[in-house]
Amino acid sequence: MKLVMVLGAALMLIGFWGLITRRNMIKMILSLAIAETGLQLIMIAVGYINGGTAPILDSAVDKLSAVQQVVDPVPQALVLTAIVIGVAVNALMLTFIIRLYQKKHSLNISDYKDMKW
Amino acid sequence: MVRKTIALALMSGLAFILAFILGDWSPMERLSGVAYDYVTRGAADLGAMNLVTAIVVTYRGLDTLGEVTVLFLAASGVAVLLRRKRDEAAATVKIKRAASEIVTTGASLLSPFIVMFGAYIFLNGHLSPGGGFQGGAVIASAVLLLFLAHPDYKLRHNVLNIIESFSGFTYVLVGLLGLFLAGGFLDNRFLPLGTYGTILSAGAIPLIYTLIGLKVGTELAGILENMKGRA
Repeated sequence: MKLVMVLGAALMLIGFWGLITRRNMIKMILSLAIAETGLQLIMIAVGYINGGTAPILDSAVDKLSAVQQVVDPVPQALVLTAIVIGVAVNALMLTFIIRLYQKKHSLNISDYKDMKW
Repeated sequence: MVRKTIALALMSGLAFILAFILGDWSPMERLSGVAYDYVTRGAADLGAMNLVTAIVVTYRGLDTLGEVTVLFLAASGVAVLLRRKRDEAAATVKIKRAASEIVTTGASLLSPFIVMFGAYIFLNGHLSPGGGFQGGAVIASAVLLLFLAHPDYKLRHNVLNIIESFSGFTYVLVGLLGLFLAGGFLDNRFLPLGTYGTILSAGAIPLIYTLIGLKVGTELAGILENMKGRA
């Protein structure tokens, strides 16, 4: 699980690096999506219990001693929410970019200074 | 150059913080706090085998309602921003080449089964890994396949809007029924819990997940169609 944590942290670093250094807005959104994936990996890994199994109480898990056998279901539920919100936000950001491109025919974020102070 | 250096400094700072956090982290040995309660009482209280579903739909049902709302807002935002443009500049995108025979045949062969699989996923959300959001995404992938095979394929907006509004409205209604007939908002126990481990069990959870699956599926299909542009 430590490996998953490290991989998640690496993905977050790659994502933020891309977000800072890229000027192309589509690449920036992809970087944000990569960082998001890393965060989700870390959150899942935080809920891991040593030697635990999936929190589904079927025949493989004894119902009475389930507490000793399953991993933490709360981070998994939160990550499920995070994934859906992430999809929605990414779709909306890409839509903004489509509209911006139709106006100015440029994907470079330096060309949009209207809201810059 | 200066910008690159600043970025590098920022990233190394972030890497240091992450390394500091991860350095002495080790997995927990046992469940604690609220998770302990959910695992010990979840199956007996709510009758759901899948504890993640029990948390998403019931214990944290209000969060899920908010999540569905965010998805709805994003889908409407995409529709508002992209639909108007389409009337102004009609047919700006030209189809360069029609999809090949293999793609069209494969799409029409597979898409009913993909929709069926999506329905299976959200109907079994309380028994196995899966649920409304996953099933809805699978259903939307069938729509994506149809768009790939037939770029000028038209969705019937009236039907989609009716399904989406109906499922959203019924979701809130089910939540209110839980408030009046059972313990609280989105409580699933106003329907009988049924036999543990069968498809008609866990009270209102299969009903809520079916509604979420329909809503997510239609919303994602709408986003896909808007992003496809006019073929």
